[in-house]
Formats: sequence, structure tokens, C-alpha cells
Amino acid sequence: MAQPGETQATDIAFPAGSARRMLASALSWFYLAAVYAFIFLPVAVLVLFSFQDGRLPVPPFNGFSLQWYESVFADRKLMAALANSLMVAVASSFVSCLLGFLAAYALARYRLPASALQRGLLIAPMTVSYLIIALGLLAVLNALQVPLSLWTVGIGHVVINLPLCFAIIYASMGDHHVNIERAARDLGASDVKVMALVTAPMLMPSIMAAFFLSITFSWDEFIIAFLLSRFDVTLPVEIWSMLRSGLNPKTNAIGSLVFLASVVVLVVLELALFGRSRKP
Amino acid sequence: MTASVSIRNLTKTFATFKALDDVWLDIAAGEFIVLLGPSGCGKTTLLSILGGFLTPTGGTVTIGDRDMAGVPPALRPTTTMFQDYALFPHMRLIDNVGFGLRMRGMDRASRDAKAAGFLDLVGLKLSARKKPHELSGGQRQRVALARALAVDPDVLLLDEPLGALDLKLRRQMQDELKALQKRVGTTFVHVTHDQEEAMAIADRIVVMNHGRVEDFGPPSDIYMRPKSIFAAGFMGEVNFLSGRVSRVECDAAEVETQIGPIVLPIANFTIARPQAGEHVTLCIRPEHFRTVDRSVAGLSEAVVSDVSFFGTHHRCHLAPVASPERKLVAHMPQSARIARCDRIALAFDPAGVTALPEVPET
Repeated sequence: MAQPGETQATDIAFPAGSARRMLASALSWFYLAAVYAFIFLPVAVLVLFSFQDGRLPVPPFNGFSLQWYESVFADRKLMAALANSLMVAVASSFVSCLLGFLAAYALARYRLPASALQRGLLIAPMTVSYLIIALGLLAVLNALQVPLSLWTVGIGHVVINLPLCFAIIYASMGDHHVNIERAARDLGASDVKVMALVTAPMLMPSIMAAFFLSITFSWDEFIIAFLLSRFDVTLPVEIWSMLRSGLNPKTNAIGSLVFLASVVVLVVLELALFGRSRKP
Repeated sequence: MTASVSIRNLTKTFATFKALDDVWLDIAAGEFIVLLGPSGCGKTTLLSILGGFLTPTGGTVTIGDRDMAGVPPALRPTTTMFQDYALFPHMRLIDNVGFGLRMRGMDRASRDAKAAGFLDLVGLKLSARKKPHELSGGQRQRVALARALAVDPDVLLLDEPLGALDLKLRRQMQDELKALQKRVGTTFVHVTHDQEEAMAIADRIVVMNHGRVEDFGPPSDIYMRPKSIFAAGFMGEVNFLSGRVSRVECDAAEVETQIGPIVLPIANFTIARPQAGEHVTLCIRPEHFRTVDRSVAGLSEAVVSDVSFFGTHHRCHLAPVASPERKLVAHMPQSARIARCDRIALAFDPAGVTALPEVPET
């Protein structure tokens, strides 16, 4: 590694090198700004025009107003959809984590027939598009004559989130936990108690990561929620039906709220993950 | 609580590898037993079978008159202290120690009181609310010990518990472990590959090699009267000398060796009674050599090929004049004046020499 002193010496000896370095530095800052602008400009515009004082969420920006947020919170249907979304997200993520944990535990701790194939089959749905999964579920539910409801949306979200939860939890199940589970068994714990009192708490950081990631995916998911719901709908579906009647700063306001919720979940996830992993 | 352990005809085979080969052991209640041997000798396999983590291929294990066949670890009167301690990282020490009691349905107040008592026993009463990652290696080891003892096992199984500690701490923990064992009276079965550790703590040592018991007895017996070449070599440095019994009297026998005739008491022969003409291997520990002013009748003299001072003794490499290829290692007293190329008379205490049945020289 170069010493800081050496670098300085080189700078003094070759001023041209120094200028080139400054240019490179400026370019990399520009690149950084461009990347973030590319990612966040649409969101920034969305958020900005949610405060639009006027009927159209397009430039020019007429002035600052909270009227659209007021109308969002006054909209019963929208609020019901928000509650539905939250319910479906939490419940389906909980079920995905539980099933993912059990599958990971079995595949990590026991010798199962064709375990590599089973792992592959569990993760495979990740590669299938949501549209195909939704159509498949729709066909199955029709054949079984199950009426569409928030329950069927929840089932769809478990289907898409289970592979993710399984992959995250399975990856964190190391061999170094085996002796700890053995010790628990040796001290008289049954298999269920070993899982509930020892394995799950030890893996809590990754289980929480899986849970919050699932929540963000379920929260934003549209296609499955659209195709598998009927009277009660989730927030993305409700927003879509609002959009059909034209652009309106109200959709910007609800969009901003959805974005805010995702950010909050991500922050919680970050804290849950890194706040814990700092302590080994 | 405590119980005796009886192992009969125990065999364990992994695919084609014989990890345990017809092991017989009788352990008395309250004994501190050390299973000693190199890695791969089967000592950990034996411990895992006692704990119920492995099923033997053949033979029986009886703990306190109860046959252990098919009994899972949770239902055995044993607990295991694992090499890596295996503490529950998310629990406070008091919950770690009280875990076994919780599994036995004890209510929180009583198990906390009992766990606090065991933490006190290992000197960690004040750390009860800490988590394992806040402790040092030696402290974790103590918590693991307290956790294993808290459920009042009849037999405590210790799988190289001191292996991860530095030398000084290991010596200190050995003393603590032995004192604690005497206090609680539980039968301890302890696995190690360190023969000094075995001698420091064991009531009796089981020396194992290739899945067999090579020797079983109190540390002094195994050191002074090993029953096999392997046991002799594993317990410490030793010189092997092959010889032939030339003469047997009522309580002594003369053995003809490369360095001359050696007269030994009959009691030093591990075979029942030596016969003239029989081939034997003599085991002589380096510290049994002595300095003498005049050569012992018949014994060869030796040239000191190398000498170094070890504080408690001089360690010498000797080349006997009669057979210079037959190198010997001797520990001479601190006060002896010995230099390289000196020619000294060979002499040793016959009581310290053990005669084993002949095996090819190593």
C-alpha cells in the first residue's frame, strides 16, 4: 500500500498528474450524481407534484399545498385498501418466513432424499414471472372453486416470497450452530423446543431480514393482487383503478405515502440486520 | 448424583473404518476418567456413544445398572460439555445455565435460584446477566460446565473442554475442574490428547489407539508400568531396548541387551512370569538414568553426543560404546557436570524399567 506521504510527494513532483486526478475525481462525482438522479428523479418528481396546488400533477409547479394528502386520508376506499395491503403483507410475510425457516431447517439439518433437487425446486419460483404465477394460481383456484379474496392474494404472495425467505434463512444456517442445538437436545429439549428456543432466536437477524424484504415485495406487488382479488383490493390495485380516471395529484400523494412506507421498512430492516450483526 | 458406567464389547464401524474395536471398561461412580489418545483413536466416538449422539454397531453401555440402548441424549443421565462450549448466544448466562431446568419444567424463580448457585460455584455469580459474547474463553468454559452440571447428571462427559485455552489458563482450569469434580461427586469422563492434562486430573486414564484400549489405570501405573509400547510412548519420552531373558531366579531375571546384561525384578515384567530365552522390550524413561562414579559390571559405557540444560535436568543424547547406533536419551540431575564427548558409565534404577513382550523395534 502506498503511504500518504508518498502520494503527496508525487503530486508536488508532477502537477499534471494532480490535474488529471482532479478531473478523474470530478468525473466520478458527476457519475455518482447521474446514477442517483437516474434512480431517484422519478420519485422526486412524484413526491414534488403530490404537493401541487392545482388539478394536474405536471409542470409548472403552482405552489405548495397539502390538499391532496387531505383527500387521500379522507378517501375511505383508499384507506381500506391501505389496511388490506398492510394485512396481506404482514400475514403473507409471516407465513413465508415460517415455511421458509422450517424448509431451511430440514434441508440444513437432516439428510433428505434428493436434497439438492428439493432446494432447487424451492428457489425455482423466483425465476418465474409474477404474471405466470398469477395465471397459474387463478386456474388452480377456479378449478378448486375457491372464491377470490384477500386470502387468495395472500396465498399468491406466499408463493412469490417463500423462495426468497428460504434462500436467506438457509444461507445463514451454519454448521457452527449444530453443536449448540445438540447441547439443547442433550439438556432435554424436544425438537420443537430446540427450533423455537434455540435455532430461531439464533437466526433472528436473517429471519427479520427475510420478513421485511417480503413485506416490501408484497406491499408493492400489483399483478398477483390484481388478478387474485375481487371486492376487497390492496393498495396498488386501488391506485391503478384511480389512474384509469386520469392523472391526479392525489395519486402522487398516495404514491409518495407508499414510497415512504417502503423506506421506513428498509430502515427498520437495516437497523434489525446491522444493529444486531455488530454484536457477534 | 453419580453413577457407575459399564462398557461391554463395544464396537463402532463407520463404513469400512473401525472407530471402536471391542472396548471393555468399568468406571466406578464418582471417578474422574480421562480418555487419552491421538486424534482418530476413537476417544471422541466413545464419548459420543456414552452421550447418546451415536449408536454403537455392537456391544452395550450401562449407566447405573440401566441399559442405554436406544435411549436418546435428552433422556440419559448424562450431559455433555462440548469442545466449543456450545453456549446459547442469545441467552444471558443465568438462562443458559437454567436451560436444562426449564426443559424439566421448573418454574422461573426456582431455576434462576439454582442457576445462580451453579454460576456461583464456577465463580461467575456477578456476570449472571451478561451474554456469552461478553466473556473470555475461560469464563465461557466455566458457564458450559455450570450449565452441564445444573441438571444434576450422573455422568458428565467432557469433549476436550480445555483444548481452546492457552497453556497457563489450561493448567489453572485443570485444577479447578478436578476440585469441582471432587466437590460435586459426579462421574466425569473427559477426553483429551494431552497426556500432561490427563495425569493432572484423572483418577484413572484410559489410553486408546486405533479404537482399542491400550492401557487403563491410575496415572502413576500407566506412566511407570505401561502395558503396551504405545501406552509407554504416548505417556512421555521413553527408550526402548530389545533383549532376551537369559536367566530367571526366584524374584529377578537377567535380560541380555545391546548395552549389556540388566537384572530386573520379576514384578517389572508385564507378562506373567518370564522364561529364559524369551524376547522382551525394555522401556526406560530418560529420568531413570543415573550418574555413577564407576561403571556397573557388564554394562556398556556411553559417549555423550549432545547435551542441553533444561533447568530441572540436563537432557543428554547418549551413544553406547557397545552399540553406537542404539541412541539413548537420558535426563541427568541438575547438578551433574556433563559435557559433549564425555564418556560416562551407563546406570539406571532397575525399579523404573518395564519389560514388555517383544515387538519389532521402532
